[in-house]
Amino acid sequence: MKTQKKYWKGLEELHNDPEFVENAGKEFAEYVPVDEFVGDKKTLEDSSTSRRDFLKFLGFSVTAASLAACETPVTKAIPYVIKPEEIVPGMANYYASTYYDGNDYASVLVKTREGRPIKIEGNKLSKISQGGVNARINASVLSLYDGNRLKNPLKGGNKSSFEEVDKEIKSKLSDIASKGGKVRLLTHSIISPSTKQLIEEFGNAFGAAEGNFKHVQYDAVSYSAMLTANRKSFGKQVIPSYYFDKAKVIVSLSADFLANWISPIQYAADYAKTRKPENKWMSKHYQVESNMSLTGSNADVRIPVKPSEYGAFLVELANEVAAKTGGQKLPAAKSAYEKSVKKIAHDLVEAKGHSIVLSGINDENIQLLVNKINSDLGNYNHTIDLNKPVYLKQSITAEVEALVYELEKGHVDAVFIQGVNPLYSLPKKLADKFKAGLAKAKLSVSFATYNDETAQACQYVTPDNHYLESWNDAMPVLGEYSLTQPTISPLFKTRQFQESLMTWAGISGTYHDYIQKYWENNLFSTQTESILFNDFWNKKLHDGVYSNNATEVRRTEAPQEEIEAELTEDYTADYSAAAKKAASVKGGNWEMELYTATAIGDGTLANNPWLQELPDPVTKITWDNYITMNPEDAKEQGYNIYYGQEKPATLASVSVNGITIEKIPVIALPGQKRGTVGLALGYGKRVGAMEEPTGVNAYPLLTDNFNNIQLSVEITNLNEEYPVAATQTHHTFMGRESIIKETDLATYKTGDKHHFNHQHTFTMGHEQVSLKEADLYKPFPIEEVGHRWGMVIDLNACIGCGACVTSCIAENNIPVVGKDEVRRSREMHWLRIDRYFSSIPEEAAKPQEERDNFIMDIPESENPSVVFQPIMCQHCNHAPCENVCPVAATSHSMEGLNMMAYNRCIGTRYCANNCPYKVRRFNWFNYQGNDKFTDINPSQDDLGRMVLNPDVVVRARGVIEKCSMCVQRIQEGKLTAKKEGRKVMDGEIQTACASVCPTNAITFGDVNDKETRVRKEAESDRSYHVLEEIGTQPNVWYQVKVRNVESNHSNNHHEA
Amino acid sequence: MHQEASIREPLILGEKTYKDITDDVIRPIEGKASKLWYIFFTVAVITALYGIGQILYLLGTGVGVWGLNKTINWAWDITNFVWWVGIGHAGTLISAVLLLFRQKWRMAINRSAEAMTIFAVFMAGIFPMIHMGRIWMAYWVLPLPNQFGPLWVNFNSPLLWDVFAISTYLSVSLVFWYIGLIPDFATIRDRLKKPLPKHIYSVLSFGWSGSAKQWQRFEEVSLVLAGLATPLVFSVHSIVSMDFATSVVPGWHSTVFPPYFVAGAVFSGFAMVQNLVIVMRKVMHLENYITIKHVEYMNIVVIVVGGIVTVAYLAEFIMAWYSGNPYEDFIYLSWDAARGPYGWAFWSLIIFNNLIPQLYWIKKIRRNLYWTFLISIGINIGMWFERFDIIVLCLNRDYLPSSWTMFYPTATDIGIYVGTLGIFSTFFLLFTRYFPVLAFNEVKTILKSSGEQYKKQHQDNH
Repeated sequence: MKTQKKYWKGLEELHNDPEFVENAGKEFAEYVPVDEFVGDKKTLEDSSTSRRDFLKFLGFSVTAASLAACETPVTKAIPYVIKPEEIVPGMANYYASTYYDGNDYASVLVKTREGRPIKIEGNKLSKISQGGVNARINASVLSLYDGNRLKNPLKGGNKSSFEEVDKEIKSKLSDIASKGGKVRLLTHSIISPSTKQLIEEFGNAFGAAEGNFKHVQYDAVSYSAMLTANRKSFGKQVIPSYYFDKAKVIVSLSADFLANWISPIQYAADYAKTRKPENKWMSKHYQVESNMSLTGSNADVRIPVKPSEYGAFLVELANEVAAKTGGQKLPAAKSAYEKSVKKIAHDLVEAKGHSIVLSGINDENIQLLVNKINSDLGNYNHTIDLNKPVYLKQSITAEVEALVYELEKGHVDAVFIQGVNPLYSLPKKLADKFKAGLAKAKLSVSFATYNDETAQACQYVTPDNHYLESWNDAMPVLGEYSLTQPTISPLFKTRQFQESLMTWAGISGTYHDYIQKYWENNLFSTQTESILFNDFWNKKLHDGVYSNNATEVRRTEAPQEEIEAELTEDYTADYSAAAKKAASVKGGNWEMELYTATAIGDGTLANNPWLQELPDPVTKITWDNYITMNPEDAKEQGYNIYYGQEKPATLASVSVNGITIEKIPVIALPGQKRGTVGLALGYGKRVGAMEEPTGVNAYPLLTDNFNNIQLSVEITNLNEEYPVAATQTHHTFMGRESIIKETDLATYKTGDKHHFNHQHTFTMGHEQVSLKEADLYKPFPIEEVGHRWGMVIDLNACIGCGACVTSCIAENNIPVVGKDEVRRSREMHWLRIDRYFSSIPEEAAKPQEERDNFIMDIPESENPSVVFQPIMCQHCNHAPCENVCPVAATSHSMEGLNMMAYNRCIGTRYCANNCPYKVRRFNWFNYQGNDKFTDINPSQDDLGRMVLNPDVVVRARGVIEKCSMCVQRIQEGKLTAKKEGRKVMDGEIQTACASVCPTNAITFGDVNDKETRVRKEAESDRSYHVLEEIGTQPNVWYQVKVRNVESNHSNNHHEA
Repeated sequence: MHQEASIREPLILGEKTYKDITDDVIRPIEGKASKLWYIFFTVAVITALYGIGQILYLLGTGVGVWGLNKTINWAWDITNFVWWVGIGHAGTLISAVLLLFRQKWRMAINRSAEAMTIFAVFMAGIFPMIHMGRIWMAYWVLPLPNQFGPLWVNFNSPLLWDVFAISTYLSVSLVFWYIGLIPDFATIRDRLKKPLPKHIYSVLSFGWSGSAKQWQRFEEVSLVLAGLATPLVFSVHSIVSMDFATSVVPGWHSTVFPPYFVAGAVFSGFAMVQNLVIVMRKVMHLENYITIKHVEYMNIVVIVVGGIVTVAYLAEFIMAWYSGNPYEDFIYLSWDAARGPYGWAFWSLIIFNNLIPQLYWIKKIRRNLYWTFLISIGINIGMWFERFDIIVLCLNRDYLPSSWTMFYPTATDIGIYVGTLGIFSTFFLLFTRYFPVLAFNEVKTILKSSGEQYKKQHQDNH
């Protein structure tokens, strides 16, 4: 149908104006004088648009058009639809939180950027961790982004949903409850009071009243003997608080309390306070042990003793002490260490009430003897406080064993497992029984983060959140509380373990509400500061910690009647019987002590590549565990005693009570007691973990009562070889005293710097002149002008724990390179801790030409002294690296920093050769793309990349990188100060290494400011530059290590 | 005419006429190549291709395919670089310095020695390029005007001096070599019949007509270039040595390096010339021109510079000990290096460079081609070890013992080194096939003074 409608553009068209009609056919309504400027030559010449201009315009248009066509695609940058108020792009937010995984505890600050947690810092408000964080907790942020984590609930090993799993578990549970079935919850030690209450409620819902529910706490590394010994001695089944800052004499029997014993961050911090020779007194630390532990390597006097001799040693010590203090005399025992024992006893009694004797051996007799010595010395209530119990380790072996037998007999209907992996970490016999028993339970649920051995044996897995995705509270020590808050929404379909319990027990609300309620009901009333609960809650959540100074013992875990019985006995345990038993222990050919390594701990974080690549402080080996053996023993048994890049270690097998572990590399470690070996726990996780193999699992070798000592083991040389990956293959400092300066306390106390911190002089003409006068170069003009960033590292405070190394890795996006590359000595760490052994100065005393330098490769001495030295870029004012770069990619800032422009670097590596400190690292490969690193370098997948610090560029292949003294933090601090119109305050800017150091060994600041701590430390008598005489003039100082030994020239084992 | 003492051995043997000389030298260019040449060439090309493949793999994957590590950041790469530069020293020394000293015997070997120089410098140039982490930014070492802001090269860096030194050396050597080739190319042009080769040689010969004026200018230019090239002989390796000497690494930091490196370079350069020439004279039937006497002359140079090198080693060894500097305990020439993990490298250096060349004191041996050939190979091995020792032994045990590491070469390290030998041989074989391997127009100038039959005539006339 034809439309009658007429469409018109304007009134002109509608009315058919003559003007419109005339123009309708023309392209341009106005007259365009084309002829004039094209046709007329003269006009054309007069025109301001020349041919040149035309070509220019043409060229510009074409370029503009083509440029517009090749726009860079922007990937994965999604702007906020509604921007959260507190998030400003480019600004970091910090949230107080708490880390506890059953092994380590620290109150932390979580740094988030754009909603992603990227770094863990210590919370300085905490009385427990005191602002320190250890290597493991530093690295825990990476585990959040671990692609191996379970991403959804599992049912029978297959992917499932919470709706489905909840429905089935609920119905099964109610079925079991209605029949009066037995429900068991197996967890690691629970320090969260809210969780404890929740578990109680959960138990009540499933027949706790009838005894059908039981909560069993199980720690892979057990402190059970200590708990029960304390119950026998004092009627209190607790771990007491230790105050190392008050201890003038510390005697540790194989307790690695600086890195791996109960609350190492706290102990290390307290310990370091007593190690400053500037103070009135300095603690004296004796370590009695068979393995060379981190703590032992820091001891003033270390006495290597076989595990079988521990008992006799302690009995002898107890008798020596008792003789002097009038304590109970025990049946005499003879150890081979009479001289040492006498000396220790003398020192202990001298420091009566100000000493600590402790033992890391999970053996009740040993622990009883330790208790007796401490009692005789009157240490309780001074340095050891039973009224401030520590809850970090609560597992009682008997309870765990009871659960295993219950399971095995099929008496348990439902079992829930949280935070532990018993099939991996139980002794072999128990693990087998546990596995069999687990199959018999009607319902087995795991809350595992990884699809590990235990999770695979359970019917259901409802994966727990990472702690950075969780709410929680904690009471590590009586009266000391802290809170965990989520810093990111759960990345996967996981649910917090507590919420799962609440769902199944029909408790309404969220766990967050639950904690709040608990705090409102139980803690709010213990303070007077806030009137409203909300105010209290917000303040404590902000601070992360709350302390109410409670000291009473809350309750003991022991059965009531037992306590009453012991109360009537006046808590006197039968020390004589314990002494007899302890002293009668006999060892076999080889004795073995299993230990937890500083990097991996009990194995909870074993899937963390940052930790796997963190070299062990003492052996400097990464990615594997190994048998440590004395070099002399190793030589006798035909093991390779040198290990290095292309020098493989020999493999051996270990057999204990019919359990054999094959193919463990043997490492010759000076300091290991002859006839003993050590092997680290926590390695060898092969299920639900990364592909890269990481050693062997040593847990099956634990004795049935979870004792880490094996008195009779067989070690067989397999005559096979395996290359271990070590970051340091030379172990002494060759007597080069400008690298390590150390002295003894008496020499230090003379106050004569010449004796303990000798300054290098040069001969000019016939005069001795200082370095400054001998220098050929003009001084770099940074002194007293503007800022001068500097660092002082106290070798006395540094315990070598490696916290700074992982902190640096996290802050500076340092790539993980894997075992093979570490073998090739290509680890990328900007900050490393050098560990040097030194021993009898016989060799050093010889004239140089007679000195056998190669014997010093591995000191054969049974008991060398150890020194740790963190080395990072020294930021030399006369930097050798800066001179030699052909393209000036590395240069000096006016604030004393040696700067590295990655973009300018062409990778000649001349700077790295010319660096006397060897701190420059080269990007040998494209670690972000090369297939070799896919499995181990987290920055190869989108998830792992989320941990990267956006303030620090990820370096390309072919460029050099090195410590920048966290220039991004310096810049941020300077800008903040500038915005606020003030000077940068001392301590405001902290490098990543300095901020986490548990012992405050690293001081950072502005050396030009006379009032700063770093300036004062740098001017102290103990401060020196490493390799001062080559004139590099670094901005990093080290402070002389002062050992509390009697004479400079004798070695500690001589003294002992 | 120039007269030569009759007791001097003749430099041209046999009854040669001028035409004979031309014929003898041009024969391989005009005729078909021998089977032996094809065999050599095939092997060389395969090796070269393998090396190029290894280089491409390196560039594609990263410097990590070599065996370097955090402590030893240079090893075979810079060893090979210095080794090749060293080899590249003999050519210019022979042609320039010996020209100034009027040593006529140089005429038989200067052409091939210069060719060797140029090819060796090519090979040397490969290593600093590929050892870079980001070769695609290599042009940043040139002081080019740029838009990067105030960025400029760092004139303090010895690596930058290298860039200038080597590129200057290469260009002067190339010009010197080419100017010498012009009259010879013209002779070839005049003899060839086939149009295409004739055309090519006519382009290469720059319209040389052989007029007296041209010869006069030729001589003048040669003299001027010789004057220019002579200081370069000393500067190049002095500057290369400063890569080490100006650093702070114990063992590198040594003032004796510049003269000692120059002596070492001449040492290895002459050894390489011996290796090439001994084969070449046999394969190309040039025994009458490159005589035993030539070989002996070169061996005498070898023993003199070898002596300088030995004295330098002694000085290094003694200074390391006498200084009492603990960091020098482990430098490449020290007692601890001798018995350390790199003892084998230390002793290779001493044996090949210091002990074996002493055999040349025996006249029979220095006039024996087989001995000369073997000893020359030995010297080249020794000189390779010298650079390896300096670089790796000094780095592997420097200041902080915590960082002491060892260096283990990978297949790529070896592959690229062997590859450059292949590329070098390919170039040299092509040279022998298409270029006049003797400066025959120059050789003709000494025929009447040093030719065997003329010498005999001369003697007979007296």
